Order: sequence, then structure tokens, then C-alpha cells
Amino acid sequence: MPIFIDRRLNPKDKSLGNRQRFLRRVRTELKRSVQEQIRAGKIADVDSEHAISMPVAGTSEPSFRDAKDSGRRQHVLPGNRHYTPGDQLPKPSRGGGLGSSPGLQPSEDDFRFVLSREEVLDLFFEDLELPDMVKLNLKEVLAVKPRRAGYSVSGSPTNISIARTMRNSHGRRIALRRPKREEIEAILRELASLEADGTDSAQRYRRVAVLRAELDRLERRRRVIAFVDPVDIRFNRFDPQPQPNANAVMFCLMDVSGSMGEREKHLAKDFFVLLHLFLKRRYDRADIVFIRHTHTAQEVDEETFFYSTQSGGTVVSTALEEMRSIIAQRYPSREWNIYAAQASDGDNLATDSERCLSLMDGGIMRLCQYFAYVEIIDERESEIFGSTANGTSLWRAYLAVKDRWSNFDMSRIAKASDIYPVFRQLFTKQPAVQRD
Amino acid sequence: MPKHAPRRGLLFSGSDWNFRTLSHAYDAIEAVAKEELRLDIYPVQMEVISSEQMLDAYSSIGMPLMYRHWSFGKHFLYQELLYRKAGRGLAYELVINSNPCIVYLMEENTMALQALVTAHAAFGHNHFFKNNHLFQQWTDAGAILGYLDFAKGLIARCEERHGVAAVEAILDAAHALMEQGVFRYRRPPRLSSDKQREGLRERLEYEERSYNDLWRTIPRQAEGSNADETEDTVVERKRALKLPEENLLYFLEKNSLILEPWQREILRIVRVIAQYFYPQRQSQVMNEGCATFVHYTIMNALFDQGRISEGAMLEILRNHANVIFQPGFDDPSFSGINPYALGLDMMQDIRRIATEPTAEDRDWFPEIAGQGDWRGILLEAWANHRDESFIRQYLSPALIRKWRMFVLSDAANEHFYNVASIHNERGYEQIRSALAQRYDIGASHSDIQVVDVDLLGQRHLRLQHKVNDGILLEHGSCDATLRHVHTLWGYEVSLQGIDARTGATVYERSFTPT
Repeated sequence: MPIFIDRRLNPKDKSLGNRQRFLRRVRTELKRSVQEQIRAGKIADVDSEHAISMPVAGTSEPSFRDAKDSGRRQHVLPGNRHYTPGDQLPKPSRGGGLGSSPGLQPSEDDFRFVLSREEVLDLFFEDLELPDMVKLNLKEVLAVKPRRAGYSVSGSPTNISIARTMRNSHGRRIALRRPKREEIEAILRELASLEADGTDSAQRYRRVAVLRAELDRLERRRRVIAFVDPVDIRFNRFDPQPQPNANAVMFCLMDVSGSMGEREKHLAKDFFVLLHLFLKRRYDRADIVFIRHTHTAQEVDEETFFYSTQSGGTVVSTALEEMRSIIAQRYPSREWNIYAAQASDGDNLATDSERCLSLMDGGIMRLCQYFAYVEIIDERESEIFGSTANGTSLWRAYLAVKDRWSNFDMSRIAKASDIYPVFRQLFTKQPAVQRD
Repeated sequence: MPKHAPRRGLLFSGSDWNFRTLSHAYDAIEAVAKEELRLDIYPVQMEVISSEQMLDAYSSIGMPLMYRHWSFGKHFLYQELLYRKAGRGLAYELVINSNPCIVYLMEENTMALQALVTAHAAFGHNHFFKNNHLFQQWTDAGAILGYLDFAKGLIARCEERHGVAAVEAILDAAHALMEQGVFRYRRPPRLSSDKQREGLRERLEYEERSYNDLWRTIPRQAEGSNADETEDTVVERKRALKLPEENLLYFLEKNSLILEPWQREILRIVRVIAQYFYPQRQSQVMNEGCATFVHYTIMNALFDQGRISEGAMLEILRNHANVIFQPGFDDPSFSGINPYALGLDMMQDIRRIATEPTAEDRDWFPEIAGQGDWRGILLEAWANHRDESFIRQYLSPALIRKWRMFVLSDAANEHFYNVASIHNERGYEQIRSALAQRYDIGASHSDIQVVDVDLLGQRHLRLQHKVNDGILLEHGSCDATLRHVHTLWGYEVSLQGIDARTGATVYERSFTPT
């Protein structure tokens, strides 16, 4: 008789530790690969699993192995059809002995495998020192939905809870011993029979008097103790339950004029990726709208947004106007949480900055949950500017916006490692402004 | 030979299984295995696992518990890829050479498959593990699980104390030499018992605690005297170190001057595990053949007794046919000789020779042809052979013809393969010997030994590779492995290729610390 053991409920991921060790070993290689994929891929795809090619460096397991291309061997093979001793067979062109035929299966050192979402994010954020994003807090628009919350003694008549009210009244009637209709009817019947009885005796008169007095008492009591008293009445109570708005839309605004080069666009993209990841964690649905602008603005798809250039001047306000019209058409702020991230190198037509300011003040900031502006600057410039208020005309205009609106923030980015700190700086503090 | 036992009804019906039907089927299979095949097995422990757990077991070289290492993670990813993407099925079972014998059953199997697997693993493999002389002499089924538990714990403790990276470096180096970490010719020492291991550990800890760096600074007495070393001192030196030594890991564990006690212990663990698997690699055809023969015979016997329904039998046969499928060499799916098919065919051939011999068989196998007791002959073969000797002894001309085997000789410097022999009178012997040779691990793996080291002088470790038939080592991998040897040895390491026949030096590679 064998012993049977059911191991199915045992922990499964016994080799998880080995997997982590392996990933640690090939970390640098994987990181490069993940970042390349993120650069090349779509923003929305970052937050998913990634297939990664087996890195070459650091994963081979050497041993003293026979070289396939040397020496003399004898292979024994089944399935001879027509060969006789002395026949010659040409060798297949690509080396490879017959013993191990060049199969279709990938070899141990050359295959692709899938990194989970968490592993991808780990690698992606490694330089950026990803903190616990859940701790971050954003202001959210709360829709309110009534939710049952027991009973109350006050309320509007439409909310009366009949069942609860009648139960209370029943209990009160029992407790105060309100005379029942049957008792009164019984007395009335007896009175009627006594009155019908014509005999004239003192006993009968006494009895009738007693009954009348009793009837009188009971009826008085019935009047005093009401069938339904105001104290019985209960109302269904509803609490307003804040309902987080499950949809978010993210506007990516970018200056694509000639002054924005490859480097600037990559930096902007990394920033947008972060924002998107962040929104995806918070909301059920996160849409992205790409608006690019030169001296005119248009909504484009992601591919065009990052990879095609346009020539022209820079008029930032066009993008803001485009954004406002898209919000009006498709994303009513009642239903959507609207976030905007704008990336630019800060060059703007001097007269336009004023117009941006009025656009922001005049509506956009009221519609948006949050507006983040990053200015992508040259690494050399970063030393000069630091955190001073000096800067391009757009920067100065936006500084004014920042003073007025606490859900606006702005920062400068010079290199990739700046992005995360900036992101954190932009998003950690909770804007105090309440929308009405 | 249908037995006219009273019909006891079907063992199971339908494809669902539960523990009652499993145990019911086990009992019926056990009766057939013991009475008809006279098998002798370790007690069995059947464990039901899910496919993820099977993948886990795959990646830790089939053992239920294993220390942690990144290469297992890599193998896991690879197996997972094959399983999920390439649609390759997992094994239905996994069996471990231990006492009690552990058999893993996959939960997805149907009841018919579970019965097949029980017969295959719990009886076929189990009998082979218990009775084959290689396993009896070279592995210790009773101690292996305890040892692995010890190994896992020790390596985890080392990682805690010395850091994962340091342990990983040693394990990487040791894994590279696993192939050279077995005793091929002399019997390895038994695994020590728990108590001895505890004592050993305490001793190591004592040595570590009482280590005094001052000893290192005491001048060696024989300073300078090794300049004019004579032939005699070399011989003497080699004798003292018991050189040449085939087991590189053993040599490094005992003689390396730079290793700390815990590092030696890790080398020892890798070496013990390599040794444990060595018999399995020498007896693949026999082991699988034995298990396949057993399950095929038992299932047919049960079917004849009317205890397995026709539907279930059809499923069993279909799986059986998949397992023993052997495509021809020119088939795109050909990937070498299928050990299940070869083993089963040879064993069934032995049965045929014992019961219905032809004149040719009487000529080739006078001692077993027509002898009748095929069970006895098989039991004897299972106990006393490994693949190489089994093929050399029992591969019959009839089977060679059935498989239409032929020999291709392949010289690296020619553009053609030459057909050397085919299945005819003149070819039988050659095919048989070439096939046996292919399964001789001693001959098919490169023979690398430690030949000389001067511990008092330069401490230059000299390895020698006996080059057979001009087969060299892969350069890149060889250099990387030498680097690993250097990690463990700490001083210059060189490898010399010597032609086995002429004794001429074919090549020389070395790794010098820079």
C-alpha cells in the first residue's frame, strides 16, 4: 500500500527565488532592453508584460564540451532506406552533426522569455528610485451617490420606512396596552344583550353601569394611545457616499517645433510614461490625448506625436485652445478627471505668453485636476538656471499661474535622472484648491 | 497468457480519478507486478502535484528540494517557454531514486494515465533503481533526500554569512566542472549520516574560529630546494597527491590552497549531486526501457483480466505509442534515438528470443535462445547491465533489421558522411559496437584529469585532456571553464591536449591570473 500525498495545495512558486537570482544576474542587460522597448513602444504598453530576449552576457554555463567541428565520429541512425556501405552523403550546409539535428526548438541559451509587469516597472524605475506610489495623493473629483445608512427619526415624508414605523407602533401599542377592538366589541355585545333583556333587576342595572363605565374607559384610552404615534415614525436614512470618478484623461502637450530634438522628445516621453502609469494605477480607465503644436496645434496619434517633426514657430496658446475644445467636445469635466502635462523647451512667441496666461486663468485650470509643465533644458543650462525664477517668457508666465492655482506645477528637466525627482516633486503635494 | 482469475470488474471507469481509485489501481498493478514480473521495489510515496509544481521540479533537476541558484531560474524560464509557447507537454510523472521512492503524478492526468504512470514509475523505474548494480553501488537512495535538505540549508546559511555573490561565484565554478566531478572508476564514499555531518560542520566551525594568520607567515623549511627537482621528486609529489586524479572537483576540494572551509563544503555538495546522477546518465535506455516494458506488460495483463475498459486501454495505448515513437533519421522530427523505444524493443526482443527463437537467434544468443524464462533473463539484465554493456550483449540482428540501423562515419575535415555499415551480415557487429560505444559515457565525454601540481613551487595546476579520435574542446567554453577552475584554484591553470593514441601534444591552453 503506497502513501498518497496531495501536494497540490503546497506553495507553487518554489523557483521564484531562482528566477529573482537569475534576473538580478542579468540586470543591466535587461534594463537596457526594457528601456529600449519603452522608448520604441507605446506609452500605454509600458504597463504590461514584456518579452525579453535571453541576454548573452552572464548567462552561459560553460563546461568542457566537445567541439562539434573536430575529430572523427560514428553515428548510428535508424531508418536506412537504400544506402549501402561506401555511399557518401553530403553534409548539411550549416555544420551541425547529425546526432543533434538542428531542430526547430530554441536552444537553451537563445530564447525569449516574459517579464511580468512588476519586474518591468522595477527595471524601468530603477534609476528613478521608485518610491511607493500608493502613498502619493492626488486631488480627485468626487461624485456623490446616496447609500442606505440605516434609519433616522427625521426626514422627508417620501423616505418613510413603513415597515419600521409599523413595527414601532405595534410594539408601543402592546407595551401601553391599547385596548383592542375585540375587547370593545365584546363589551358592546354584552351591553346589547343586557339591554335587550327586558327584566328589571338591580343586578342588571349594576352590570350595565359597570360595562358602560368600562367601555367609556377603554374608548378614552384608545383615543389617548394613538394607533400610529409620531414617535413611531422612522425614515430611511441615506448617506452621501463619495464616489471616485473612475475615468481619467491625460493630455500630453508638446512643442514639436525644430528646437525640440530627439533628446528632448525622449525626456518628454519618459515623463509622459510616468504620468500615464501613475494615472493607470488610480483610475479604471485612462485615456491619452496627444496634442502637438508649432504655431498651430493639432491632435495626433502617438506615433506622429513622438516621431514626426514639423517646422514652424512656437505658439503655445494654440495647444491650450485645442485642449479646451477637445475637453468641451469629448471629456466633460463632470465625468472625467483631467490631467495635463506639457513639455516644451520654453521658446515661445513673446506676445503669446500673455495669451497663455489668460487661457489658463480663464478656464483651463478650472477644468483640470492638475496641470504639470516641464521645461526641457540643456544640461549646461541647468546649472545656470537652477531653480531661479529667471527663464523663458513661457516660464515666467507660468510662474504667475503657479501663484494663483495650486493645482499647477512646473519644473525643469535636463537629464533622464531628473525626471523622477521632478515627477515626485510635482505630484507629492496635495493641491488645496477645491472646485465647486 | 491470460490468467483465468475470477473477473473482479473494472478498476475504474471514466476519466476522473480520486484517491480511492488510485489506491485501488495501485493494488491491482502491484499484484501483477509482483506475481507475474517478480519485481522488487522500494516502498512508494505517490504525490499529486499541479503543472506549475512540475515545472518547478523540472528546473531544479528533478529533485524535490534543491539549493538556490540562478541557473535553475534560467532553466525554469526555458521549460516554461517550451511548455506555454511551443505546446510541449510536460512529463506525466517524475520519479526520484530515493527510499521511499517518490513518484509525482500530475493532477491533470486522467485515471487511465494515472494507472499507466503508476505502473511505469512506481514499479518500472522503482524496480530498476532498487536492483540495478550501478544504483546500488553508486547512489544511496536512503540518504539523498536528507542530504539535499542539508545542502539546501548549508548553502542558505553560507549566503547569509558570506553574501549571495560569493556563494554564487563558487557554485558557478563548481557547476562548470560538474561533468568532471564524478568518480568513474573507484567507488565514491558513502554519504555521511546526519550525525557525521553535524560533527563535520562543528569541526569546520572550530577551524574557522581558531584560524590564526600567524601560521601563514612561518617560513617554509624547504625554501629554494625545489629548484633542482629530479624525476624522483616529481613522482613522489604525484604519489603524495594521488595523481593523476579524474575527479577535478574532488581534487580542488581537498587540495586547493585558497578555499575556505565553507567553500570546500559547497564543492562537495555539487560533487555529491553530480555523482548521484551519474548512474542515471549511464542507464537511460535500460531505465526507460525497463519502465516502459513493465507498464506495457502490466497494462496488457490487466486488460486481459478485464479490469481495464477498452476505452481506457485505447487511451493508454495511444500515450504509449507517443512515448515510443521513433522517426527515421531523415524525418524532420528526428532528434536522435528514443531511449524509450530502443529499450522497450530490445526487452521485447529478449522475450521473443527466449520464447520463440529463430535459428539466427540460437546462433547469436546460445545461452538465452529458447530458454523460456524471459522474466528471469530480464531481471538479470536489469540488475547487472548499463546501457553500453546491455546493447553490446543483447542487440540482435533481428532488431537491427527492424530498425534498419546504419552507421555513418563523420570526419570533421570531409564534406561527406560515409556510410560505414548497414543492417547486413557484415554490419551487425559493427552497428552493435558503434551503438554501444555511443552509450558509453566514459568514452563519449572528454577525459580530463589533473596530472601535476607543485604545491611548494609555482602551484601551477596542470590538467590533461586525452584527445580521442581527434575530438577537441570548444574553445570559448573551454577558456571560460578554465577561468572557473582558476577561481577555485587561485594560481595558474593550464590544460594540455594529448592524443590518446600517439601521446603527442595536440594543443595547450592556459589561464594565468593577471
